[in-house]
Amino acid sequence: MEPAQRWTMALLALRLVALDPRLGGIVVTARAGPVRDRWLDALGRLSLPLRKVPLTITDEQLFGGLDLAATLAAGREVRAEGLLAQPGALLVPMAERMEPGLAARLGQALDSAEHVLIALDESADEGEGIPASLRDRLAFHIDLDGIACSDALTGFGTLPETTDTCTTVKDIAAIAELCESFGVASPRAAIHCLRAAGAHAMLHRRRAVAPEDIEAAAILTLAPRATRLPEAGDSAPPPPPQQDAPDATADGDGLEIPQEMLLDAVRANLPTDILAQVAAKRRRGAKGAGAGSKRTGNRRGRPLPPRAGRPDGRARIDLVATLRAAAPWQTLRKAQSIHDRPVEIRAGDIRLKRFEEKSDRLLIFAVDASGSAAFARLGEAKGAVELLLAEAYARRDHVALVGFRGAQADVLLPPTRSLVQTKRRLAELPGGGGTPLAAGLKTATEIAVHAKSRGMTPTLVLLTDGRANVALDGEADRTRAAADAGKMAQAALLQGVEALVIDMGKRPERALRTLAETLDAAYVPLPRANARSLSDAVTGALS
Amino acid sequence: MTAFPFSAIVGQDEMKRAMILTAIEPAIGGVLVFGDRGTGKSTAVRGLAALLPPISAVPGCPINAASHADCPDWADVPEADPQDIPTPVIDLPLGATEDRVTGALDIEKALTQGTKAFQAGLLARANRGYLYIDEVNLLEDHIVDLLLDVAQSGENVVEREGLSIRHPARFVLVGSGNPEEGELRPQLLDRFGLSVDVASPKDIPTRIEVISRRDAYERDRATFLQEWQKRDAQVRARILDARALLPSVVTPPAVLERCAALCVALGSDGLRGELTLLKAGRALAAWEGKKKMTEAHVAAVAPSALRHRLRRDPLDEAGSGIRVTRMVDEVLSA
Repeated sequence: MEPAQRWTMALLALRLVALDPRLGGIVVTARAGPVRDRWLDALGRLSLPLRKVPLTITDEQLFGGLDLAATLAAGREVRAEGLLAQPGALLVPMAERMEPGLAARLGQALDSAEHVLIALDESADEGEGIPASLRDRLAFHIDLDGIACSDALTGFGTLPETTDTCTTVKDIAAIAELCESFGVASPRAAIHCLRAAGAHAMLHRRRAVAPEDIEAAAILTLAPRATRLPEAGDSAPPPPPQQDAPDATADGDGLEIPQEMLLDAVRANLPTDILAQVAAKRRRGAKGAGAGSKRTGNRRGRPLPPRAGRPDGRARIDLVATLRAAAPWQTLRKAQSIHDRPVEIRAGDIRLKRFEEKSDRLLIFAVDASGSAAFARLGEAKGAVELLLAEAYARRDHVALVGFRGAQADVLLPPTRSLVQTKRRLAELPGGGGTPLAAGLKTATEIAVHAKSRGMTPTLVLLTDGRANVALDGEADRTRAAADAGKMAQAALLQGVEALVIDMGKRPERALRTLAETLDAAYVPLPRANARSLSDAVTGALS
Repeated sequence: MTAFPFSAIVGQDEMKRAMILTAIEPAIGGVLVFGDRGTGKSTAVRGLAALLPPISAVPGCPINAASHADCPDWADVPEADPQDIPTPVIDLPLGATEDRVTGALDIEKALTQGTKAFQAGLLARANRGYLYIDEVNLLEDHIVDLLLDVAQSGENVVEREGLSIRHPARFVLVGSGNPEEGELRPQLLDRFGLSVDVASPKDIPTRIEVISRRDAYERDRATFLQEWQKRDAQVRARILDARALLPSVVTPPAVLERCAALCVALGSDGLRGELTLLKAGRALAAWEGKKKMTEAHVAAVAPSALRHRLRRDPLDEAGSGIRVTRMVDEVLSA
């Protein structure tokens, strides 16, 4: 699709949501910039009041609660209304960092009232993204990247009056077929598609849904969720059954369009990089939402000194410390106070409890799947990783998996606790190609840094034969490859990533030992042995 | 806002049956629904509330006590005659604090009136009803510990901030989640009586039906609800009949023996498997209006009652439901 056309579609999504708030909302993937600003300006045209939801929003602010400052000042209970009390357009910036808890609450809010949620996904890498449970509830996923200012010329335009549009069983059947051909499993997507088609018809002042409405709706709702591409020249799908569906009001004349045509139309309008997207989605699969606990929290762990702050529905008030803070002022306050209260407490006295907890451990397996390693003992390494996974399961550790071969390294699985996923990805990992050791280290370090910022303690387990022959830029050059690997190891050390290097070559490699020293990591040369002894070696080195 | 009617959910028979069985016999101990997104997991739980017969409770009582004598003394409930209220179905949101779950010192009262009062939590409100946890596998470990404790003892004990309070908390635990997002701890898994796996409908006619019903519900809610409320009412009446019949359902010793043989063959931990199998089988017999539990009933509920109790290999990809079905065939045909 041309950038200008993509811009029009992005605006169309917004117009449809403005017409039918039940569409849930829009996920907008875009960096901050003038194009995004122009799109966000159009949000003002929604009939709902626009409210910003920061990720740190508390339950009290969302659902309403006690207004502490006002309560203390007035001496009686004063309640503040929450953000979700009235239907509104909720704008969530940096939605890719959203915690699953907030996503679940927003999802529930969307289910129960007519809010519109605009989630701004500003993630830089494909490993991130907004929580799937929320993503599924928002009808449109649009991408503004690659649209230049000069492409974004069309304005929002005017909206027609909201009217009722008719949909027939045929429309529903067409949508169900489309979902099937694009491999969209979630029934929610199909319902969104139907609603979007209805809104599109409304936009063009049609009383009944026409094929072009379904086409536009499918491009907006189904294409971004596609997990496979329909094969060209499918045999014609079976005619949709007509019985036992609620009777539709329109007789549906003029809707006799063959599925094929609709399918082709949508396929022709798919984004150009859909294949890459589909592949990426397949590789990424379900994202693990194993959010690590913060190091300093206010819920559990070893107690820390209390800190002044406002109760936000999550923190717990340290009553004794609060009273202690208020105590010195009592005489003074009583003299000034018009109330006769046993204790005069002001908002500033409130002290919150804090705890320090041990953070969860994340094991990042960086597995060399190059030709040389595969030839030697990739199978054994896989076996060892599986044994380690069983141990990780027992200790409730998180695991991540990076595979490197050929020219680059891939995140096979972002940090997760789902062992079945890990095992599946590992089994799928093919062997062959060069050894891009530097790229593998780089990707693994990135995961480690990201995990650290989320409060986890990452440990990198590098399984390789150490015969690096592909440089960081993907060129096959043995000397540069070794130098790059050394540099990346240094970078990892600077980031404070704990590491362990397992030499899975046929005989110990001197270069790898040097690399391990740079990483300040334990080096385990693996004698010819079975997977069990490899796993024992790792457990020994880690403890 | 009225929930989508339970009986209007297309397919997902195993899930619907499991929920109905817990409504007939709450002692089964809850349902765990695991599966893809958008398959009607939470819709079913919310719709379930409409199916449950009302309970009689003292108005204003935080724990929904049946008589004034059962109301906790800390709640200071005014004397009143019990009234019929809908069976409580309480949502436990992710990220709920311990305070909100167990209840805690009422900060408002402490600060504004200077009195020490207890503010009841979600566990109190769920007493005699259902506690629903969406995305149960993402629940934080310390909340899970707490739930395990309460689910086992049927009593919530709060010892904090100078409060010392205990109140009954007996509820049916209903959890749902997507297994790809994380695992559930075996201890919690074991607490659920029945476990069902749901998947997105694969065939096109079913999908069409799902979309059309949802569309009809959203277009004209009143008419749609009216249409389906009759069906819901029929289900409710049948649940009540089954409840009445349940005490008189007999279990022949041969069937009991088969239950035990099945659990032994599957190597399920503990005896909870047999007990759940028995209760669920009996409830199913009552649902079908039979006075005698048969082997067919055991076979029908065995996958839901046992699939989550097998000692499992964390790396086993094949669903344990298949293992149970295979074993059921083997044991029951022997």
